[in-house]
Amino acid sequence: MLRRRVIPCLDVANGRVVKGTRFVDLVDEGDPPELAERYAAEGADELVFLDISAAPEGRGTLLEIVERTARRAFIPLTVGGGVRSVDAMRDVLRAGADKVALNTAAVTDPGLIAACAARFGRQAVVVAIDARRHSADDGWEVVVTGGRHATGLDAVAWAQRAADLGAGELLVTSIDRDGTRSGYDTALLRAISDRVEVPVIASGGAAGPADFVAAVRDGGADAVLAASIFHRRIHSIAAVKQAMAAAGLPVRLVPAAVA
Amino acid sequence: MTAGRVPARSAGRGAPRFTVVDYGAGNLVSIEQGLTRVGAVVTIARDPSAFELADALVMPGVGAAAPAMERLTAAGLVEPIRDWIAAGRPYLGICLGLQLLFDGSDEDGATTLGVIEGRTTRLTDAPTLPHIGWNQVDRTRDHPAFAGIERGADFYFVHSYAGTPAGPDADAVVLARTTHGSAFVSAIARANVLGVQFHPERSGTDGLRLLENVVGLVRSGAQAAAPAAPASLLV
Repeated sequence: MLRRRVIPCLDVANGRVVKGTRFVDLVDEGDPPELAERYAAEGADELVFLDISAAPEGRGTLLEIVERTARRAFIPLTVGGGVRSVDAMRDVLRAGADKVALNTAAVTDPGLIAACAARFGRQAVVVAIDARRHSADDGWEVVVTGGRHATGLDAVAWAQRAADLGAGELLVTSIDRDGTRSGYDTALLRAISDRVEVPVIASGGAAGPADFVAAVRDGGADAVLAASIFHRRIHSIAAVKQAMAAAGLPVRLVPAAVA
Repeated sequence: MTAGRVPARSAGRGAPRFTVVDYGAGNLVSIEQGLTRVGAVVTIARDPSAFELADALVMPGVGAAAPAMERLTAAGLVEPIRDWIAAGRPYLGICLGLQLLFDGSDEDGATTLGVIEGRTTRLTDAPTLPHIGWNQVDRTRDHPAFAGIERGADFYFVHSYAGTPAGPDADAVVLARTTHGSAFVSAIARANVLGVQFHPERSGTDGLRLLENVVGLVRSGAQAAAPAAPASLLV
């Protein structure tokens, strides 16, 4: 039976893992390949690198750390942030990534989804959707550039369109919940997972194991992603997976790792 | 799952030489590194000249069959690969590298290598597609490539289509099945050909163990056989 995946997300700037609030007050958290290997040993099912390099020279550094990571962590790696063309995606894949997440560039040019899927197969194309709940009525709006710009697109309709265009997976982040530790927006996840055939990765708001269970059971998510609670060792990946297993969800349990 | 980690091995004298076929798309770093980690000497090949010095051929790959066959044809690789397999030499096909062994694919109507009788078809009754993630590989028989790996161990999949062997030998070819909606064939083996629908190079400790087993089989075959004879690999 297909396992529900637990995915740590690493924000990477200029070759280092950083943490911060909304791209400010960044604190150096270490070497990406080293952290990636640690998470793999702890039972992470995949890894996501989100490149938040402000300067273009960070891109070359990113490719180098993708390759170093692929040589150390034998689990799948998705890279997002700043990929705006088929050629840029090719470079990231050749460096050792398995999937690329398109976000702002896909909204600006939806044809990029189809072009990347045609070239590399839809399984390599993840479309990342940042969604914010409408204040007045039901539903969610797609926001881009780190949540700063509203697009007017309905998030559920965009999710369907992205899947139709060739996305092999959707990474759905609730901007309302991101960084708040108030739980995933399970209504958003459910609205999207009910409408698409492709797997949905839940993101934004995880505080504890119960949130991961809710994202899958209530939200219909196939995978759950989190950053700070793993980086700060508030919860281990193993503990989250144990809780999911205890709730009856299929997960891949690995032998106890050395902490 | 299998306890413990697979230790890194250094490729010493007599290390088996694995040639990974590069036909244009995707990540080759992982398979190159995985094989190197378990003691193989790895060459990346874009044309058939690198086949001469190889002990084993690896066909990685993800995506659709038709563009893959176009690229293989353009690089002059189709006949050398068929000849390699016909000569009984060791071949490891991963994901698309397994699917290409069959006669054709429903994904885009492509005619593929036709080495194994059968077709590649879309997964049926799947709750999600593509089938992405870790899933159990249930062996239907023993095979040395899976030595030391628990029955039903999880491996990483990322695909929407899978090949189904056909003809009188179909059952003998099937090595493992996996269920996502309906059951599909997730590994095959015939003579020196091994094909896996999952990605051992992305499947953690058990994936490395499988690669180590394959490298070990090629090594022992290469040592047992006279230099000119085909290495005997997989039962």
